[in-house]
Amino acid sequence: MPRAHYVAAIDQGTTSSRCILFDEGGNIVSVGQREHRQIFPRPGWVEHDAEEIWENVRGVLREAVSGAGIADGQVAALGITNQRETTVLWDRATGRPVCPAVVWQDTRTDALTKALAEHESLFREKAGLPLATYFSGPKIRWLLDAYGLRERAERGEVLFGTMDSWLLWNLTGRHVTDVTNASRTMLMNIHTLAWDDELLDALGVPRAMLPEIRSSAEVYGRTAEGVQVASALGDQQAALFGQTCFEPGEAKSTYGSGSFLLMNTGTQPVASKHGLLTTVGYQIGDGPATYALEGAIAVTGSLVQWLRDNLGLISSAAEIETLARTVDDNGGCYFVPAFSGLFAPHWRSDARGVIAGLTGFVTKGHIARAVLEATAWQTREVVDAMNADSGLDLTTLRADGGMTANHLLMQTLADVLAVPVIRPMVSETTALGAAYAAGLATGYWPDLDSLRANWHKAAEWQPAIDEAAREREHRNWKKAVARTLDWVEQ
Amino acid sequence: MGETIQSVERAAAILRLLASGPRLLGVAELARAMGLPKGTLHGILRTLVHVGFVEQDQATGKYRLGATLLHLGSTYLDVNELRTRSINWADALAGRSRESAWIGTLHEGNVLVIHHVFRPDDSMQTLQVGTYLPAHASALGKVLLAHDPYGEPVAPPLEPHTEHTTVEPEALEAELGEVRARGWASEMEELVEGEVAVAAPIKDRRGVVVGAIGIRGAVERLAPDRVLNMEYVSYVRDAARAITRDLAR
Repeated sequence: MPRAHYVAAIDQGTTSSRCILFDEGGNIVSVGQREHRQIFPRPGWVEHDAEEIWENVRGVLREAVSGAGIADGQVAALGITNQRETTVLWDRATGRPVCPAVVWQDTRTDALTKALAEHESLFREKAGLPLATYFSGPKIRWLLDAYGLRERAERGEVLFGTMDSWLLWNLTGRHVTDVTNASRTMLMNIHTLAWDDELLDALGVPRAMLPEIRSSAEVYGRTAEGVQVASALGDQQAALFGQTCFEPGEAKSTYGSGSFLLMNTGTQPVASKHGLLTTVGYQIGDGPATYALEGAIAVTGSLVQWLRDNLGLISSAAEIETLARTVDDNGGCYFVPAFSGLFAPHWRSDARGVIAGLTGFVTKGHIARAVLEATAWQTREVVDAMNADSGLDLTTLRADGGMTANHLLMQTLADVLAVPVIRPMVSETTALGAAYAAGLATGYWPDLDSLRANWHKAAEWQPAIDEAAREREHRNWKKAVARTLDWVEQ
Repeated sequence: MGETIQSVERAAAILRLLASGPRLLGVAELARAMGLPKGTLHGILRTLVHVGFVEQDQATGKYRLGATLLHLGSTYLDVNELRTRSINWADALAGRSRESAWIGTLHEGNVLVIHHVFRPDDSMQTLQVGTYLPAHASALGKVLLAHDPYGEPVAPPLEPHTEHTTVEPEALEAELGEVRARGWASEMEELVEGEVAVAAPIKDRRGVVVGAIGIRGAVERLAPDRVLNMEYVSYVRDAARAITRDLAR
């Protein structure tokens, strides 16, 4: 009997790197995981050590493969999915980073992005992105200036890459990136899928330092062990792919530290009028790119962590459900976690967080409820914007990510959105998406239909509150949101 | 109030003093605070260090509360935590077995369902989290009863759910002994006619059983001719071991 073959996915995330091995049915076979340091040199700054991350990725790959008693030859393909926008600069000759990696959450480019305001419509139209500190382009510019690297970058001696690119460089020796990651730099024209001189000029980024843009699913090269490296997708795009949202109108929401709703909009980019951004969903080999609308919520799971680490109300994130279930409702309390402003669909950087409606009656249980409800209402705001932009009505929400283990949150989401919420069988859809793309590129899976056949409902929550209650809560939420605005004096 | 034991009271007083602030306390400080000779305290402190309730700082020789004591109040595993840590393996179990997967804990003599993964055939199914199963008539329940740390004997009457339900306490005790010995439990149409279930224990890092994971499905698939297909047992035990490994990390 021939030995079983698997597909490996590296999920290089914000707080940890993981490697997950999947079988042909899309089931998890083994997992390796390592956390890396979060470096906070100043308020608002977040850095990673790219070398530490590469070491960890090698480690988790070993853990998930040989550590699980699997030979390298049994790995049919290796895919990559990664934290998006985090910016790594390295020396082409030595292969070593020349400065710390600036993480997507880092807000050091705040002043820089404000100074780019005159180009706002250019970025909207060509890159599909609003001016925000998230994206890589301004981070590159900042690093070139701060570390005096411009001339070396112009000569192509210093290279740029997002995490996919950094890992592909180390795994295969090639300087490439995938189109979904490139769509988060503000440097790629989303219509032509190529680096755009006008965007490069506006940001002052030399072309010589940029990787070659490739599709999300093709064989980029082989690892030292001979494994084919065959996919790269930004984490949210990978989750869209892993949830098999292959048709226009299909959408998923991933609940992690932040939460991200992506809706497949087909082969044409849709410009948002409601504060969403336009991004590339995926591109398989020579096929056309599939686009997506994206709504990002900055603070969801991280609010639960904040309750654990900063307030000490719970000792593990999962206990928020236990605490929230000690009471029947929010007790009139609403929590808007605008810790670094409000993102989609508001885009108000002057907003800061509030807990509204406090009375002597409110207990920590009510606050725990309000924390979970904040995730649900923020999702509602993005879904409303998405429905308006796409002209489609979301009929079910496909939820994934770590927070889907929280049943109270899932029920609250169904109540607030007034549509059923479905958790798919594999909640690790991010890694699964990267595995699917790599497996497609290498023929491990024949086509999209074979992937769709792997998708199964693991759990479903139906709305259970009446319209009057939903409206009342929505009104209160909006009142609380209004109280976050105009806090920071510009 | 009857007679109290002086040394236990003194030990409690030492713990209270050590818990009163973040700073470490030396024997002299403790002796002063309690108005006792240092020699008396030494013996009590040595005993408290021995059981792990107090730790002595290597550098200063002073004392602080021990890790064992700090963990005493929080050793039970939150059920939501258990679900979070199990979710990937429960999904994989449902995926491999093509049956619904279940995780339960013992709650006042019944099995509380804390996690449920639908059978992956996209048929209409309802989430059963938060419902109860009778312990004596379910595979999850048999695993949990067999490893119940309090080990109370099964109390009759055992309600019959089908003609196959075990209602004799002695017969059930014998089966629980077997479950303990082989490390898994089955249930053959004892709860619902036509349904069969298999379950195995999930243990925490101390080896204490904190839950049970299993599958349930039609007798025709899991046990044709009422003979259990052992492949399903291996799926269930693999999942239980994977979660147990995860909890030990």
